[in-house]
Amino acid sequence: MVSLDAAFSALADPTRRAIVARLAKGEATVTELAEPFDLTQPAISQHLKVLEDAGLVVGRIEGTRRPRRLAREGLDAVDQWLAMMRKALERNYRRLDQVLAEMGSPEKEKKP
Amino acid sequence: MSRLILKTEGDTHVVVTRHFSAPPEAVYRAHTDPRLIQQWLLGPDGWTMPVCINEARPGGRIRYEWTNGKGGTFYLTGEYVELVPSSRIVHVERMHLPDPTPDNRVETRFDPDGSGTLMTMRMTLPDAQTRAMMLATGMERGMEASYARLEGML
Repeated sequence: MVSLDAAFSALADPTRRAIVARLAKGEATVTELAEPFDLTQPAISQHLKVLEDAGLVVGRIEGTRRPRRLAREGLDAVDQWLAMMRKALERNYRRLDQVLAEMGSPEKEKKP
Repeated sequence: MSRLILKTEGDTHVVVTRHFSAPPEAVYRAHTDPRLIQQWLLGPDGWTMPVCINEARPGGRIRYEWTNGKGGTFYLTGEYVELVPSSRIVHVERMHLPDPTPDNRVETRFDPDGSGTLMTMRMTLPDAQTRAMMLATGMERGMEASYARLEGML
């Protein structure tokens, strides 16, 4: 099970969001991830650990390399939650459209 | 298709914009008149707002209580900071689930947009983590394209 709290918490950090955005383009090792971020490898490893614990990133072993990639399940959970949030907002505003339409045309309401 | 835009700004802001085809006076009234608020500020289908206290003056109280009629309830409290009729509202709010969430300071502007209104709601959360918890919109901008790529990749 993916914990949304852990996922959102992990994504609150701009460097971790950047790592996730980078991994969306394809898998990468710690060395490859450290380059563009101007961070040490241990610092990147620590960020990756937070992302892995949150279920957003997974790794595999390939000889001496350990490339990481995005975990589809984790991102799907976050994505669904966002979509729900957006839907609830949009539903409110569609209702508001209707309330406004009724406010603006009192004559229409009186017509049979 | 949706005219709703939801985006983040800096580390602690969330900005929601939406166009309405009614003039600013009407959209403002729908945000401050309890009888109107109760008709639309409801969230998911099946929820109603039996309690709506909205004292639209500086320092005035806000209290909204929602229920789904099946034992599910939650409420929001807040205070008005500043109101400019038909144009601008500043208030502070928090959800009670039942523990209160950190204060969210909200500035809502109603600007003329053609014959209608462009509403801009700018929320300020105390820190990046609170914002991420609330909306997870850190994802929003940078990642929509990534998701599309992800689909083909995994």
